[in-house]
Amino acid sequence: MDTFASLGDGFAIALTWQNLGLALLGCFLGTIMGALPGLGPSNGVAILIPLAFTMGLGATPSLILLTSVYYGAMYGGRISSILLNIPGDEPAMMTCLDGHPMARKGLAGEALSLSGIASFVGAFFATWGLILLAPQLVKIALLFGPAEYFALFALAFMTLGGVSSTNQAKSAFAAALGLGLAMIGVDTQTGVPRFTFGEVHLYDGLDFLVAIVGLFALSEVFIFLEERHGSADAEGRQLKVGRLTPPMSMLKQTTPTMLRSSALGFLAGVLPGAGASLGSFISYSVEKRLVDREGTFGKGDPRGVAAPEAGNNAAAGGALVPMLALGVPGSGTTAVLLAVLLSLNITPGPLLFTQNPDVVWGLIAALFIANFMLLALNIPMVGLFTKVLMVPPRVLMPIVAMVSFVGIYGISGSSFDLMVMIGFGILGWVLRKFDVPLVPIILGTLLGNSMENNLRRAITIDNGDWFTLIDSPLSIVLWAIAIIGFILPLIVGRKVKARMHERGDEEGSLTD
Amino acid sequence: MTFKATRIALAAALIGASAMGASAQEFTPEAPECIAPANPGGGWDFTCRQVGKSLQDQGLLSKTMQVVNLAGGGGGVAYAEVVNKRNDSDDLIVAASSATATRLAQGAYPGNTMDQVRWLASVGADYGVIAVAADSKISTLPDLLDMIKNDPTSVSVAGGSAVGGWDHLKVLIAANAYGVEDVRKVKYIAFDGGGEAVTQLLAGSVQAFTGDLSEAKGFVDSGDIKVIAVLSPERLDGEFADFPTAKEQGVDAIGANWRGFYGPGNMSDEAYDGWVKKISDLYASDEWKEVMATNGLAPLDLQGAEFEQFVSDSITQIQTISREIGIIK
Repeated sequence: MDTFASLGDGFAIALTWQNLGLALLGCFLGTIMGALPGLGPSNGVAILIPLAFTMGLGATPSLILLTSVYYGAMYGGRISSILLNIPGDEPAMMTCLDGHPMARKGLAGEALSLSGIASFVGAFFATWGLILLAPQLVKIALLFGPAEYFALFALAFMTLGGVSSTNQAKSAFAAALGLGLAMIGVDTQTGVPRFTFGEVHLYDGLDFLVAIVGLFALSEVFIFLEERHGSADAEGRQLKVGRLTPPMSMLKQTTPTMLRSSALGFLAGVLPGAGASLGSFISYSVEKRLVDREGTFGKGDPRGVAAPEAGNNAAAGGALVPMLALGVPGSGTTAVLLAVLLSLNITPGPLLFTQNPDVVWGLIAALFIANFMLLALNIPMVGLFTKVLMVPPRVLMPIVAMVSFVGIYGISGSSFDLMVMIGFGILGWVLRKFDVPLVPIILGTLLGNSMENNLRRAITIDNGDWFTLIDSPLSIVLWAIAIIGFILPLIVGRKVKARMHERGDEEGSLTD
Repeated sequence: MTFKATRIALAAALIGASAMGASAQEFTPEAPECIAPANPGGGWDFTCRQVGKSLQDQGLLSKTMQVVNLAGGGGGVAYAEVVNKRNDSDDLIVAASSATATRLAQGAYPGNTMDQVRWLASVGADYGVIAVAADSKISTLPDLLDMIKNDPTSVSVAGGSAVGGWDHLKVLIAANAYGVEDVRKVKYIAFDGGGEAVTQLLAGSVQAFTGDLSEAKGFVDSGDIKVIAVLSPERLDGEFADFPTAKEQGVDAIGANWRGFYGPGNMSDEAYDGWVKKISDLYASDEWKEVMATNGLAPLDLQGAEFEQFVSDSITQIQTISREIGIIK
C-alpha cells in the first residue's frame, strides 16, 4: 500500500497548473517532433533541455516537460509511418508495414486512431509495470549477460523471415546488407577502425536516423520524381481517409494483440541493451507468428498496426525501469534524461527511489497525465493529421525532401551526413525496384553492432569457449524459442501457403 | 534595436580594451557556443550544459550558451570541424577530456595534433576507480592484480570505453605499476558506457570494473559494489575519503579523467583570456564546488598555459603506455 500512498503524493506534486501546462506543451511538441522524419525522441528531448533551463524550472517540472516530449514523440512517430510510409523515428518503422497499406486501402483514419489507442494501452500498462515491478524487474535485467543478449538478438533475427516480404531470400539479403553496414566504424573490442577509409565521420559508425530518412523518405521522393516524369499517375492519387474512430469490432479483434505486445515490449524496454526498436519488432513478429493465419499481415491488418505501437510505447515505459532503479539508460532517450537529472544535481542510481522520492513519484504521476493527455490530443487530431493525405504529392514530396535535409543537418550539423543520406536514398530507390524490403536493412544496422559485440564479449570472457553461449538456462530457453520460431514456419508455412493459393484464385479477380 | 545597441556597446568595449591594451574582463562573446563532440547524454554533453548553465546563473555570461552536439569519430569530427572551419571563432569553446587526449595521443584524429587548438582550462577531474562486486572475495587491489599475474584468463575487467580507450588504459597503468609482465594479457571487455559495464559487474558476468568515480558512486552508496582502489595521488575529501588509493596499497598508479575546454587555434588573445577568466571564476565559485561534489568530480585547477602543459604531458604519458601495449607503433 506504500506504493499507492507514494503515487498519491506524486499526483499531488504533478497536479499543479504549471505542471499540467508543461505536460500539455511537452505532449504537443513531442508529437510533432516524433512525426517529423529525422527528429526522434532523443533529439526532441535534447532540443528542449535549454528551454527547461532558460525557464528556470526545478527538477520535477523539467522532468515532466521532458518525459512528456519523450512519450509524445513515441506517439507521433506512427503518424508519418501510416500516412507517408516514412517512419518518424526508429521504433515506428514496424508500423509502416501494416499502417501504410491500411491507409492505401482507405482506412487511414482507423489506422491512426487505432494506433493511438494501442500506444495508450502500451504506455498505460508499462507505467503500471514501472510502479509495481521496478525493483523485481531490475533482477531480470541482471540475468542478462553478454551470452543471453546474443541469444536474444539471434532470436530477433531468426524470427525475421517473412516479416516484411513474401520472398524470404530477399528478406535475408536485406538483413545481411544491414549487418554489413553495421560493421562500419571503430570496433570497440579491438579499437581498430573498419571500412572507414580514413574518414573520421565514419569512426562512430552510421547513424540509424540518417539511414532511415535516406532509405524511406528520400527514396519515396525519388520514386515520385520518376513516376511523375513517366505518367500522370502521381497527380491523380487520391486516398480516402475513412472514418476517424475504429469500429468496435476492430477494437475487439486487436485487444489481445495489444495486451500481449504491451507485455513483450515492456520486457524489451527493461533490458538496457535492447530498447524500443527491438520491443516493437519482437511484438510484431511474435504477433504475426501467433495470429496471422490468413497471411493478411503486411497487407493492412489492424493487428499489425496495434502490435508494434503497443510494443514500442510499452518499451518506452520499460526503459525507465533501469534508468530510475539502476541509473543505467535503457535507450538513447533515457540517456539524455539521465544527463538532465545529473545537471539538476540529482544522482541517478540504485538509491534514487529512497533519496528523491518526490522526483520519482512526481515523474511517474506525470507519465500517467501525459499518457491521458496524448490520447485526448491524438484522437480528435486524427482528422487534422489525415489532411496530409489531401495534399497533392507534387506539394508534399518537396516538403518531405526539405524536412529530411533540414532535420538531418539540424541533428549532426555535418554535410557529410547529408551525403550519406542521399547515398541511402539512392540505395533505397534501387532496392525498391528489386522489391527488396527495407525494414530488415534497418534492423540489421540497428541490432547488428550489439549482437556482434555481445557475442565477442561472451567468448572473450570465457577464453574462447563457444559453449558459454548455451551455458545458462535463460540462454537455452531463448535459443529454443529462436529455433522453433525459425523452423516451425518452414513446416507449417507450406500448408498455409497451399491454402492461400486456393483462396487467392477466388479473390484474385476482385482485388485487382 | 537592443541588438544593435549591444553591438555598438560591444564594439566600443573592444576598441576600448585594445586601446588600453589589456583587461580581459571586457570580453563578452556575442553568441556563446559550446560544442559537445558527442550525442546528448554523455560526459562532454554534460560538461557543456552544466558549465553553460552555471556561467549564466552566475552572471558570467549574459546570454544562454548554445550547446551544439557534433558527434562522430570519438570527438574527431568536432576537432576537424574546429580546425578546418571555425578556426577564427571567438565565441566558441569545445568540451574535452582525457578521452580527447587519448585519441590525440594515439593519432585517432587523422591529421590533427594538439597544437592546432588553444587549450583553455579544466573544470575538474574524475579519478579512476577499480571496483568489484560487494560479495566478491577480492578486497584489495594487490589481491586482484595477483590474480591477474598468476592467471590472466581468470579475471575479466569491464569498462565503458573501447579497447585502447581511457578506461582500458587505467587498468593497464595499474597492472604495469604492479609489475605484471605482459599487460596485453589483461582481459578487458569493452561495453557501451560505464553504466552497462557496472550492470554486468552486478550480473556477475565479469569480475572487476574500471571506470570513473562518478559512474560508480551511485552503486557504492547502495552497497552493490566496493571500490578497491581510487587512482588519485592522495585520498579524496568528504564521502569518498573511505576509498583507499592505489598508491597506499603499493601500486603507484594515477589516472584522472579530467574535464575541460579548448578553443579554436586562431582565437584572439582577448577572447582566449576572457574565456580562461570566465572558466576560472566559475571554478572558484561555491556553486561550482557543489556541482563537483554531487557529481563526484575532484579538484583539478589548471588554466591557460598551465593547462596546455598538462594536456601535453598527459599525451606523452599515454603515448608511452600505448606503445608498450602495442596500440601504436
